[in-house]
Amino acid sequence: MLAKRIIPCLDIRNGRVVKGVKFGDLRDVEDPVEMAKFYNDSGADELVFYDITASAEGRKLFADTLVNVAKQIFIPLTVGGGISSVEDFDRVLKRGADKVSVNTGAIYNPSIINEAAKKYGSQCVVLSMDIKRVDGEFKIFAKGGRENTGIDAIEWAYKGQEEGAGELVVNSIDTDGVKKGFDLEMLDAICAKVSIPVIASGGAGCKEDFTTLFKSCKGVDAGLAASIFHFKQVDIKDLKKDLRANGIEVRL
Amino acid sequence: MIAIVDYGVGNLFSLKSSLDYLGLESKITSDEKDLRDADKIILPGVGAFGDAKAKLESTGLILVIKEEAEKKPLLGICLGMQLLLEKSYEFGEYEGLGFIPGDVVQFDIPKEYKVPHMGWNALDFTQKNCPLFKYIKDKDYVYYVHSFYAKTEPKYVAATSNYAIDVTGVVWNKNVYGTQFHPEKSGEVGLNILRAFGELK
Repeated sequence: MLAKRIIPCLDIRNGRVVKGVKFGDLRDVEDPVEMAKFYNDSGADELVFYDITASAEGRKLFADTLVNVAKQIFIPLTVGGGISSVEDFDRVLKRGADKVSVNTGAIYNPSIINEAAKKYGSQCVVLSMDIKRVDGEFKIFAKGGRENTGIDAIEWAYKGQEEGAGELVVNSIDTDGVKKGFDLEMLDAICAKVSIPVIASGGAGCKEDFTTLFKSCKGVDAGLAASIFHFKQVDIKDLKKDLRANGIEVRL
Repeated sequence: MIAIVDYGVGNLFSLKSSLDYLGLESKITSDEKDLRDADKIILPGVGAFGDAKAKLESTGLILVIKEEAEKKPLLGICLGMQLLLEKSYEFGEYEGLGFIPGDVVQFDIPKEYKVPHMGWNALDFTQKNCPLFKYIKDKDYVYYVHSFYAKTEPKYVAATSNYAIDVTGVVWNKNVYGTQFHPEKSGEVGLNILRAFGELK
């Protein structure tokens, strides 16, 4: 059986990690390579790098960062942030990314999913979705969750799959940052509609939230989180031991 | 020197980086002389079988690979491993290199198993004496991404991973080895497989 995956997400701005991990009480480590190594050693199954820089200079630093990480960390690397063309896919894949995550770029130009899938294979194309409830319906939000597009999230997830996305990241704006658990209702609704892997994001506050996630949403393949790993509220190795003790297959 | 065959399919950055990391000298090449001079050859690959086979043919290196594999270790990775088989039925019918008897076929598994088979799965050794396993253990996890799989006789299978069926994970016939998974993306375990390959004579 495939192991359920645990994926930490690192936000990168101008070549540095935005929220550094506290290593003991010594210092905030902001070096992406060191942080990637730390996560690799603690058993992360995959790493997501999210480029939140806007400047050209920042992009260049991000590219250098990516190359440095990919030269030393040999697990799948996903890159997201500002992906809006096939050229953007090319730019990061050449520097060691294995998958590229597209979000707002695909909302404005859905054909990017199909073009990239044809050129690089579906396994490279991750469709990331920010979803929020509006009047009881799941809607897709663009621009980091600031803009309601009015698009139905379930339909968009299905369209993404049909266009050739190889994986979906389902990020619930409603549970994000609340730390009371993943959005199981939203995840179930998406999983019922698609047959590609689904990565749950938004809401993890403790180890038990991951157990609940994988026990109740059988269709979910991976759990993604940022701050609870960065701030060591949850240690990935401990988390995986717990999951295994609960009968969930993980890579230890 | 390990020659990594460059025939225009897939991203060789991670493979080259992982060999560098292990201190194994390697060269990404489509030059016949490099393949002749190398002490080992790696045949990588992602994408569709037919397309990859055509591209490999256009390099004119198939005969060279066949001759050199008599003398030195050859490792196929992912689609590169599938190319080692006799035939593939991926979107048509294509002839492989024929190092390993058998075919590459579509998954015929229950619907709840998603295809591609993508993610970390545990290896079940079927021939634990396979030299690639020198530094790894039975049940270690490796990273897979594939939609078709190799069907061959048990004597050519060194390890499988369970995904409704026993999916061929490692093939082995004399000098010729193949991994369906990506060792260059399988963390420490993957590095240890490449390390063992690097030590082969």
